[in-house]
Amino acid sequence: MTRTQALLDWIDARFPLSSLWKEHLSEYYAPKNFNFWYYFGSLAVLVLVIQIISGIFLTMNYKPDAAQAFGSVEYIMRDVPGGWLIRYIHSTGASMFFVVVYLHMFRGLLYGSYRKPRELLWLVGVLIYLCMMAEAFFGYLLPWGQMSYWGAQVIVNLFAAVPIIGEDLAVWIRGDYVISDATLNRFFAFHVIAIPLVLLALVVVHIMALHEVGSNNPDGIEIKKKKDASGRPLDGIAFHPYYTVKDMVGVAVFLAVFSIVVFFAPEVGGYFLEYNNFIPADPLKTPQHIAPVWYFTPYYAMLRAVPAFLGTQFWGVLVMGAAVLIFFFLPWLDRSPVRSIRYKGAYYRIALALFVLSFVVLGWLGTQPTDFLGKLGSTDMAVILARLFTVVYFAFFLLMPWYSRIDRTRPEPERVTG
Amino acid sequence: MKKILFLALVLPCAAYAAVGHVKLDKAPIDYRDAVSIQRGAQVFVNYCLNCHGAQYMRYNRLMALGLTEQQIRDNLLFGPGKVGDTMTVATRARDAKEWFGVAPPDLSVVARSRGADWLYTYLRSYYRDDKTATGWNNLVFPNVGMPHVLWQLQGQQVLEVKEADGPHGKQSVTEVVLAEPGALAPIEYNRLVADLVNYLVFMGEPERASRVRIGYIVLIAVGVLFVLFYLLKREYWKDVH
Repeated sequence: MTRTQALLDWIDARFPLSSLWKEHLSEYYAPKNFNFWYYFGSLAVLVLVIQIISGIFLTMNYKPDAAQAFGSVEYIMRDVPGGWLIRYIHSTGASMFFVVVYLHMFRGLLYGSYRKPRELLWLVGVLIYLCMMAEAFFGYLLPWGQMSYWGAQVIVNLFAAVPIIGEDLAVWIRGDYVISDATLNRFFAFHVIAIPLVLLALVVVHIMALHEVGSNNPDGIEIKKKKDASGRPLDGIAFHPYYTVKDMVGVAVFLAVFSIVVFFAPEVGGYFLEYNNFIPADPLKTPQHIAPVWYFTPYYAMLRAVPAFLGTQFWGVLVMGAAVLIFFFLPWLDRSPVRSIRYKGAYYRIALALFVLSFVVLGWLGTQPTDFLGKLGSTDMAVILARLFTVVYFAFFLLMPWYSRIDRTRPEPERVTG
Repeated sequence: MKKILFLALVLPCAAYAAVGHVKLDKAPIDYRDAVSIQRGAQVFVNYCLNCHGAQYMRYNRLMALGLTEQQIRDNLLFGPGKVGDTMTVATRARDAKEWFGVAPPDLSVVARSRGADWLYTYLRSYYRDDKTATGWNNLVFPNVGMPHVLWQLQGQQVLEVKEADGPHGKQSVTEVVLAEPGALAPIEYNRLVADLVNYLVFMGEPERASRVRIGYIVLIAVGVLFVLFYLLKREYWKDVH
């Protein structure tokens, strides 16, 4: 027995190291036909790690104090050695997290990864998405620029629109009657510890749930149905080494894109770092045009599209909330006999294309002032468009039980195809 | 009477809208042109730094442009400060607010919020206006609190409304024209403003040059990594059929 083996045995007698390794890596069998869309799960984990590490270094010099926050960020950008790099990595990572997760979610829509028995896996994923939104929202206040301040103002005011308890709720969230030092301090606490803890726990649960049911694949069929004599799926390959080495290729490509942003265009034309956020927060000066960062703009466009009714703006808040929460119901809305878009019919393909289009158009509208396309009658053209695409967005989900059932599907193959 | 009230209410807005959206000129600047940034730094400390501070910018940052500490001390640092200090001003915010109606904003990151093109156009768009407290107004920033600090260099411009062919027939176009030349010819003045804007951009992100330089090295490293990972993947996947 070698020394390494002896050490391993010693550990295994006290901690399930070898069995964990086998269960989750060397003997976790993943379908062999993963394509491009299957890189984004592991990339999301990578970005999470990047955010946590860069975030730890940022907290070493950042000051969660309304009088010092803006200056401390500039201090990091100028006087902390390598501080600019850490800060750009963190700001780029925030946006890239959403890029990667949106593509990861789209993969789920393509291949029906949310269908039985992966409902819980999907639900945990949506919870992770909610956590990311909270994390991004809390974090965005910290640089204490104009967009930080007024963006937070807009979002907290959403809660103020809740009937009866709204005003008290908003004060409870802010810890003050306006966004202030108290708000900054608590948002810092949420951003650096509370939400990351929940996020990490959920990611672990997400991966455990995945490894329990096994990965879906572009054909949407169960590889566990066809096993060899030793009980291994015929179309499965060990996650390690096959997918670890394959994902490393994805990591290299991703890092290239990431580096291009960080080193050559960290602002990405005002989409990753908004220009107005280089103006220190001024509670007395409302910017003419308040826009959240791009990953929230589809929902922001919906919020602005819903008119006030019965004297309250609460309906917009409801629609916005529903737009996110509706993802939870997806596993039970899809009634198609097949999972993957490869074997679904024209209805689902058209519906998915329209859904993606609505998400992109709403996202674009949300970055612009409402009057930027002129008016149609007495209403802003952009608002009319936003209403139209909000309807399309919801129609994708709400009509799914109908169109997915009558869709003309093709039979699934017995074994995975290329 | 009602009509006059209506006009009085609406017209200023219309005028604001007309002059508020000026087409910005592209700033002819290059972040690698250290000499231009040095000249801009000189304009900045001579003309801007009396009222505007740059509280996040240290004087010795200018050493990245090839200046020595002694050169900074002799040419750019007035008063008893040290080269490691940040560019703060003696003018008190309260005084400035009384004089100009608004405290002059800190300019450390102004190029990042406004953009180089805006600054370049703004600093060339001042015109004489008797209706304002300072006697100056600006096409890009209507009713701006700051008077035209560089007027002796640029001269005095006035507003002129011209008829021109637009997409919807004849349109009135508002322009500024030079009425009284200053110490510099227009082309020299444009150069001076470009240098100043180049400096403001540098000041907004002094690490930009090293950022780009390191970026190329990182990309090469990631490229090598990609090739290695790809070969590794290909080797392992030979036995997957």
